[in-house]
Amino acid sequence: MAYLELDRVAKQFGAQTVVDDFSLAVGKGEFVSFLGPSGCGKTTTLQMIAGFLEPTRGTIRLEGSHLTKVHPAKRGLGIVFQSYALFPHMTAAENVAFGLEMRNVPRDERAERVRSALAMVGLAGYEERYPRRMSGGQQQRVALARALVIRPSVLLLDEPLSNLDAKLREGMQIELRQIQRTLGTTTILVTHDQNEAMSLSDRIVVMSQGRIEQIGTPQDTYERPASAFVSQFLGKTNDFAATIDRTVASARLVAGSWSAPAPAGFNGSVTISLRPERIGFADTGLAAKIITRIFQGNHWLFQCESECGPAIVIRQNDGQPQPAEGDVVRLTWRVEDMSLRGGGA
Amino acid sequence: MSAAADTASAAPADDRRAGAPWALAAPALMLFVGVLVIPLAMTVMLSFHDWGQYKGIEPVFILKNWHEIATDPYYAEMFWRTFRIAILTTFLTAVLGAPEAYILNRMSGRWRSVFLLVILGPLLISVVARTLGWALLFGGNNGLVNKLMMSLGLIRAPIPFMFTETGMVVALAHVMMPFMVLSVWAALQRLDPQIENAALSLGAGPVTIIRRIVMPQIMPGVLSGAIIVFSLSASAFATPAIIGGRRLKVAATLAYDEFLNTLNWPLGAAVATLLLVALVLIVVGSNALIERRYAEVFR
Repeated sequence: MAYLELDRVAKQFGAQTVVDDFSLAVGKGEFVSFLGPSGCGKTTTLQMIAGFLEPTRGTIRLEGSHLTKVHPAKRGLGIVFQSYALFPHMTAAENVAFGLEMRNVPRDERAERVRSALAMVGLAGYEERYPRRMSGGQQQRVALARALVIRPSVLLLDEPLSNLDAKLREGMQIELRQIQRTLGTTTILVTHDQNEAMSLSDRIVVMSQGRIEQIGTPQDTYERPASAFVSQFLGKTNDFAATIDRTVASARLVAGSWSAPAPAGFNGSVTISLRPERIGFADTGLAAKIITRIFQGNHWLFQCESECGPAIVIRQNDGQPQPAEGDVVRLTWRVEDMSLRGGGA
Repeated sequence: MSAAADTASAAPADDRRAGAPWALAAPALMLFVGVLVIPLAMTVMLSFHDWGQYKGIEPVFILKNWHEIATDPYYAEMFWRTFRIAILTTFLTAVLGAPEAYILNRMSGRWRSVFLLVILGPLLISVVARTLGWALLFGGNNGLVNKLMMSLGLIRAPIPFMFTETGMVVALAHVMMPFMVLSVWAALQRLDPQIENAALSLGAGPVTIIRRIVMPQIMPGVLSGAIIVFSLSASAFATPAIIGGRRLKVAATLAYDEFLNTLNWPLGAAVATLLLVALVLIVVGSNALIERRYAEVFR
């Protein structure tokens, strides 16, 4: 049975529907990310789980019982806010102890749990510091310790890493993942950063305009995007207009000078969707001219003008010589690396 | 830090620049010295002069006025009353103004601007007209409220308002309310909008959130509002003059009477100087205390 279940949840503000028909079953100990651009309803959904907003329709269940009827103070969820929302007039230890105090945990046990929670996030020795005297990363850790110390049934993270610089963010991602694995806390992360969602989650819920576009593992959503939106939002993607030619004996899929045996189930004009790192340079295939070549350390990024419109190609920096700007190249790819959609691009 | 280094290296290269801040500040400085420092110094000096019914002011240096203030219990009573009224007014504005600001802060945009105007209202009306309004409502047997309540049988005798300390505190609190509300509101705006949700998610009820999370953070705002209200109430003139009149004098009306009715300028100057010194000491002292106590919230 699902641990946390959202059943056709919807939220309307006046005439505006912010979240619609949101159904999701989260298993115990699972790490699920809500991923989407700003305004897609991911934070609204999180706030409905937290109880700060009430769903217009639908139900939320935790271990089979209705969560929607429980007062937010009694839900026992741990929440890390984007701004951290630490209590500035309390020390790190007092911040972390607050939730335990509200639960009337005895003083000795409280001190012990606060100490171990701060040690877990790597802040042993910072007990008496005030938030203003801590760095963004340290404040973030206090917020995490504060949410985890109450042993929440579900941990809700609202863009927790978006205020950190890139290097720190990467470190925190790894640490967050390790802590979550160790404690086995069911976690929901709201983010607009596809890398963060992919590196942290067991499953990703891709959202757009209040609706779920796709639910799947990071590999699933990246390799087999369910819609044009998902493929555009998760990493870079190329869309080539192609046609299925059934006039020849064995039907062929044709995109410019590139062709392959046509798969079943499609007819007429189709769109080939393809990740830039799956495209290689070859002697035959789609003709293209390299417009710009950008060196990015571990890989090269080529922006090309092909017969089927603009194309992006990423090649590993494996020491091999790479084509230069202005070169005319041929692009090719394996049939299993692309996905097809009916209709033109 | 780099800006300081820049000025330091540029100064020897261009000496004319060194005098520029003084030259630029000179007009304002001269105005400040001319209209504030000199009259103030003259008032202080005046308080040491002698005065007699028939001889007028004599420019000598004696401690007669100060001795009179220090020994005559009449003046002690006057100053205690002044500070008692100021403290009660401050307390009343804090107790009513802080929740008012909190509610205002939670209102949606349109309602907020309407109610902000209502709160700022007292500042837009002349203090004399407003205080006379209170007098019309509560003054004596003919006061509107007193008349109404008496005709309804709620009270038998009119509630005394004019010439009472209660009346003065109520009228002053009405005048001072905007300063408290705006000061607390400024503190509320520095609050993280999610902070109440954070406390809520950790299991805190509404009362606990106000008491443990919101109150400590807006306390500096309440206290700085209190300093403003206290100093303005202690030195207020118009409201005590209308409501208290001659019967219930405070320091400000006392100084006024000495100057303009008794014509004993030196004694009036001594009263005014004492009021000023007492206020400066109280304000500076409490400000230092507040800044030390709430260092972590301010920084």
